[in-house]
Amino acid sequence: MTDGLWVYLATSPLLWLAGTLAVWLAATNIAALSPGNALLNPIMLSIFAIAVVLVVTGVEYGTYFEGAQFIHFLLGPATVALGIPLYEKLSLVRSNLLPLLAALVAGSLTAVGATVYLARLFGFTPDVVASLAPKSTTAAVAMAVSSGLHGDPALTAAVVVLTGICGAIVVTPMMNAMRIKDYSARGFAVGLASHGIGTARAYSVDPVAGLFSGIAMGLNAVLTSLIVHLFL
Amino acid sequence: MLVGITILLVFQLIGEVTAYFLGGLVPGPVIGMAMVAVLLVLTGGMKVLEPAHRQTVDTSKAILANLGILFVPAGVGIIQHMDLIRDRGLALLAIVLLSTVATLAVTVWVFILVKRLSGGHGND
Repeated sequence: MTDGLWVYLATSPLLWLAGTLAVWLAATNIAALSPGNALLNPIMLSIFAIAVVLVVTGVEYGTYFEGAQFIHFLLGPATVALGIPLYEKLSLVRSNLLPLLAALVAGSLTAVGATVYLARLFGFTPDVVASLAPKSTTAAVAMAVSSGLHGDPALTAAVVVLTGICGAIVVTPMMNAMRIKDYSARGFAVGLASHGIGTARAYSVDPVAGLFSGIAMGLNAVLTSLIVHLFL
Repeated sequence: MLVGITILLVFQLIGEVTAYFLGGLVPGPVIGMAMVAVLLVLTGGMKVLEPAHRQTVDTSKAILANLGILFVPAGVGIIQHMDLIRDRGLALLAIVLLSTVATLAVTVWVFILVKRLSGGHGND
């Protein structure tokens, strides 16, 4: 009887849609217990919890995604929505135009170049290299770039999240060690390297850092999708 | 809310159509994002469009405030790559860590250097 109910629910989109939302709410509450702790990242916690449930119960990713796709679909409009903060921060962009553009080009080339170079050095196949190349940009863009290059969008998504968490964890100790006190520069760097996850981290450290992080994330999304063709 | 989400989706659609004709060089949502920013600059002062602007801004902020959950469904896709994680997980981690540290360092240095050269002053 309960077996039948599980089979019925596990194959319906409702269970996995409701489950993803509930896990996310729980994860954000857990992360809020210790706001300064970048290791307690709600995205990482949610992915881990759901992945464990799927592996333990033997539910296929495709079955899970039938429910979760309704959340996934919003990545597109969310990317378009990034145009709003970009517009609102236009005066900040204008007054820092030169450092911002120079750092954008240098950082974007480093992000894609270093990744492609290292991935080839470690002997990864071309499809994996293509999946890793756009990993510093926000997931929607990275996945679109990756599938355009015949990479694997699912692998890209996972690596994008990993890159975001990595940047969010290392940025504060690293910038302190480098004695960088300019929060516009610190924010711009973490937004460029670690997209939305870095931006969320930047906002929790300093509002100016958050602003510049958001600008960097938006601009790098555009530039990476163009320059990635130089490396692959 | 409905006006806002419609405007975002229509811009994504225009972006996708443009991306198709550009041969997939830039993803559709990115073109949509750039178009929204440019259009707001051009029409920012127009009274007629103010309700539409406000609704789009409100919807956008609601979506962006919960941006994190949107990465979860795709991230769970990692379970399809368990063999890659098991066999090459450390190499993947090394690539992510090294390239992220290099990107942070280059970006922050160039930003500060050019700011000083162009006569700006640091916020310290």
